[in-house]
Amino acid sequence: MKKSRIIMLLGALLPLMLFLFPLWNITLEAPQYPTPLGMDIYINDFADANPHDIKNINLMNHYVGMKYIPDAIPEFKIFPIGIILTTLIGLFVAWKGNYKWFLYWFIMMVLVSTAGLIDFYLWEHDYGHNLDPRAIMKFTNEDGTPMGFQPPLFGTKDILNFRAHSYPQLGAYCLGLGIVLGLVAFFVGRKENRFQA
Amino acid sequence: MKKIAYLAMSILGVAAIMSSCQPKSKTTSGALTSNAAERVYVNPGEHDEFYAFISGGFSGQLSVYGLPSGRLFKVIPVFSQDAEKAWGYNEETKPMLNTSHGFVPWDDSHHPDISQTNGELDGRYVFINGNNTPRIAKIDLSVFETTEIIEIPNSAGNHSSSFVTENTEYVVAGTRFSVPVPQRDMPINEYKGNFKGALSFISVNPEDGGMDIKFQLLMPGFDYDLSHPGRGASHGWFFFTTYNTEEASTLMEVNASQNDKDFIAAVNWKKIEEYVNNGGGTKMPANYAHNVYDEETHTATSTMKKEVLVVDPTEVPGAVFFLPTPKSPHGCDVDPTGEYIVGNGKLSADLTVHSFTKMLAAIEGEKFDGDAYGIPILKFEDVLAGTVKSGGLGPLHTEFDGNGNAYTTFFISSEVVKWNVGTWEVIDRQPCYYSVGHLMIPGGNSRKPFGKYVVAMNKITKDRYLPTGPEVTQSAQLYDISGEKMELLLDFPTVGEPHYAAGIAADIVKERSKKIYELSKNKHEYATTSDADVRVERNGKEVHVYMSMIRSHFNPDNIEGIKVGDKVYFHVTNLEQDYDVPHGVSMIGANTSELLIMPGQTETFVWEPKQVGVWPFYCTDFCSALHQEMQGYVRVSPADSNIDLKWSLGE
Repeated sequence: MKKSRIIMLLGALLPLMLFLFPLWNITLEAPQYPTPLGMDIYINDFADANPHDIKNINLMNHYVGMKYIPDAIPEFKIFPIGIILTTLIGLFVAWKGNYKWFLYWFIMMVLVSTAGLIDFYLWEHDYGHNLDPRAIMKFTNEDGTPMGFQPPLFGTKDILNFRAHSYPQLGAYCLGLGIVLGLVAFFVGRKENRFQA
Repeated sequence: MKKIAYLAMSILGVAAIMSSCQPKSKTTSGALTSNAAERVYVNPGEHDEFYAFISGGFSGQLSVYGLPSGRLFKVIPVFSQDAEKAWGYNEETKPMLNTSHGFVPWDDSHHPDISQTNGELDGRYVFINGNNTPRIAKIDLSVFETTEIIEIPNSAGNHSSSFVTENTEYVVAGTRFSVPVPQRDMPINEYKGNFKGALSFISVNPEDGGMDIKFQLLMPGFDYDLSHPGRGASHGWFFFTTYNTEEASTLMEVNASQNDKDFIAAVNWKKIEEYVNNGGGTKMPANYAHNVYDEETHTATSTMKKEVLVVDPTEVPGAVFFLPTPKSPHGCDVDPTGEYIVGNGKLSADLTVHSFTKMLAAIEGEKFDGDAYGIPILKFEDVLAGTVKSGGLGPLHTEFDGNGNAYTTFFISSEVVKWNVGTWEVIDRQPCYYSVGHLMIPGGNSRKPFGKYVVAMNKITKDRYLPTGPEVTQSAQLYDISGEKMELLLDFPTVGEPHYAAGIAADIVKERSKKIYELSKNKHEYATTSDADVRVERNGKEVHVYMSMIRSHFNPDNIEGIKVGDKVYFHVTNLEQDYDVPHGVSMIGANTSELLIMPGQTETFVWEPKQVGVWPFYCTDFCSALHQEMQGYVRVSPADSNIDLKWSLGE
C-alpha cells in the first residue's frame, strides 16, 4: 500500500479519539479554590474535572446572573454524527487512494472544525453575556455597558475574582493532527504520483 | 513538581548533615533552645507533621491538634453535648448520648487510642473511654466524628480503657471501681470478697468497625487502673495495673495504700477467646446502650442490649496471673517489642519493669506465691526484669521512642525522665510546668513509635500563661526527643483536662479525610435532596418542614399556617457539594442549639412556638457574600386559627 494512503487512513481515524478524550477544558482559579474548578468539554458531554465542579461553577455564576451550564446541548448529538461521517468519508478517500481527494477531505475538515469553533464561541458569548436582569450582582465596564463574563475561547483571562483558562485538550490535538495528516497525505500522494509518472 | 521536591529534600539533607557537624556547645539546662521557635513554626498554609488527639478530660470531648505547632483544629464532640455542632441537641445525635441511665449529656473522656494493624497505627479510628458513666466511643477518622458509643455494664469508673490489641481485634475497657455484680442493694462495708471488677473485651468488626462486647472477665474487687496490650511476642496478652488490693471502701487514700505491692494482672485473652468460642462463659442479664451513627442516614439509633457474656477467670486455667508490683501502680505500659511491661508505682521513686519471657517461664515452672481469689500470684523476683532508680518521685506513665528509650512522667517531682530500656539507666530529665500527668509520643503505644516528639500533659498551669481568673487553662508541653537530651520547644493550652493522647503521622490520616457528604447517598428519612421535594406536612400538632439550603437561601423561606402549641420539626438538608461550605440554621426562641450542617447532610431541630407573630430564622455560618440575606420567616397564628399551611420561596 502506498505511504500516502496509510497516512490518510491514520488521519481519518485520529479524530475518533474525541470519543475518548476531552476536546476542551475550562478551568477557574480563585484564592478560595485551592483546587480550581474545572470543566472538561467532550464531544458529547460536559464533565466535572473534580466531582461536583459544574454544580459549583453554576452556584458561583448565579450571583452574576449567568445561566446554568445545561446537562445536554444539541451539539452533543450533532458533533458525534459529524465526526463519524467525516471519518467514514476519510476512510473512503483513503481506500480510493486519489491524492487530490485527500486535499478535499482536509479542506472539508478545516471548514467543519471552524464551524465547530464558531459555534463554541457563540455559545460562550451567550453564556457570558445573556444575563438574568435580576442578577444579584451587576457589574459594568468602564464605558457603562454591562460587564460580560465570557470565558476566553483560547487562552487565559481574569474575570472578577477568577482567572479563567481555556485550552484544547488531547481530543482536540488528535483531531488537529488527523486534519494535518490529511494535508500531508495529499503532498506525499502528489509526490508518489509524480514519481510514477 | 516532584523533581523540585527531591531537589529541596536533598538540599535539606545536606543542610541537616552540615548542621549536625557543628560542635554542640549549647547547654540545655532545662532552658529553651534558641531556635525552638523555628522548630515548631509551621509556615502559613502548610501542614503539621503529626495529628495529636488529646482527650478532653472533664470536657468529655476529644481535641485535634497539629504537632509540632500545637495548633488546635477541631474539638470532636464525644460524650458531652456541644451546642456549636448540635451534638446531642439535634434529633439525629440525641440517641448517641443515651445510656441505661437515660440521656447523659456529659462524661469524663480519658484515654484515646488509635486503631492498629499488625501492631502499627492504621489511622482508621480513635477509641476513647467515658470514665463516669462507663462507655467506649469510636471516632471515624474519615469524617472526624463520633460514630459509635457502647455502654459497659457491670463497670464503674471506666478507667483502664480504651486500648486496642495489635490488630484492633478488641478495644479493652477495665473498671476502676469494683461494684456488686449484678448491682444490688447491700451494705457498703461488705465490699470485701463481694464486689467484682469487670474487664471488658469489645470486639471490633474488621469491616465496618462495629463494636460488640465479646466477654467480660469478672475479676476480684480491686481497682483496675490502666492497661496496655501485649505486642509482638506478647500479642494475645493484656496487662492491667491494680491498686486497692486491700479492697477498702472508705478513706481510700490511706486504706488503699497499705499493701507494699499491688498487682499487674496479665490476661491471656486469646485463651479466654478460645474458651468463649467453645461455648464457655455465662450469659448474664444486663441493660446497656449501643448507639450507632449511620453516615448515610445521618442519624443515630440507640439499642438497649439485654445480655452480656461473663467469664469467671478461675474457670479458664492458665489465662490470668498476678504480677506483684510495688506501690499502687498507675500506668501500665508495654515497650514496642512486647517484652517489657512497665509498672509505674505512683507512690514510689522507682519503676518496676517485668519481663514477658520471665513471666512465661515462671508460669511454665508453676512457681507461684499463693493466689488471690484462685488467681495464681507469680513471685516478684521471678518476673522482674529490672528497676529504674529514677531519682524522681511519683511515676505515672511511660511511652517509648522505638530507639530503645523510654520516657516516664513523674507527677510529684514534675518532670519527664528518659531512661534506657535494658540497662534501666537514666539518660536525661527535664522539668515540666507543672505536675505532669500523661505523656504521649506519636505511635508510642505501638510496635512502631514515631520517636520525634513527646507531649507532656500537665495537671497544673498556674503562671504559665496570662491569668484568666481562678480557673486557668491546662497546659501541654512539647519536647524534641530526636537527640540524646530532650529539649523543651513549646507550651500550648489544651481543652479540658487531658488524660493521655494519641498521635499519628498526618500522612496516614489526611488523605482519607472526606471533604463532603455525597448528596446522592443521603438516605436520611426526612432528606430534601432537590427543590421538588420541599414541603411542609402537618400531622395533628406535629409539623414537619422539609427544607433545603444552598447559597444563599432556604427553601422554603416563608412558611404560614404554624400555630401556637405546634411541635415543628425543621429537617434541613444542605444541598451544597463544595468543600467547606456548611450552612447553619437557628430559629428565634428555639429551646435548642443551632444546626451546623455539612454539605450533603440533613439535620433536624425542634421548635415549639409559644407566641403569635412572625418569627425569623437565619443561617448561622457565614457561608457566602449573600449570607446576611440567607434568612426566612415563619408566621405563627393562634392555636385555634384555621390558616392553611403554606410555604414558598421567591413568590
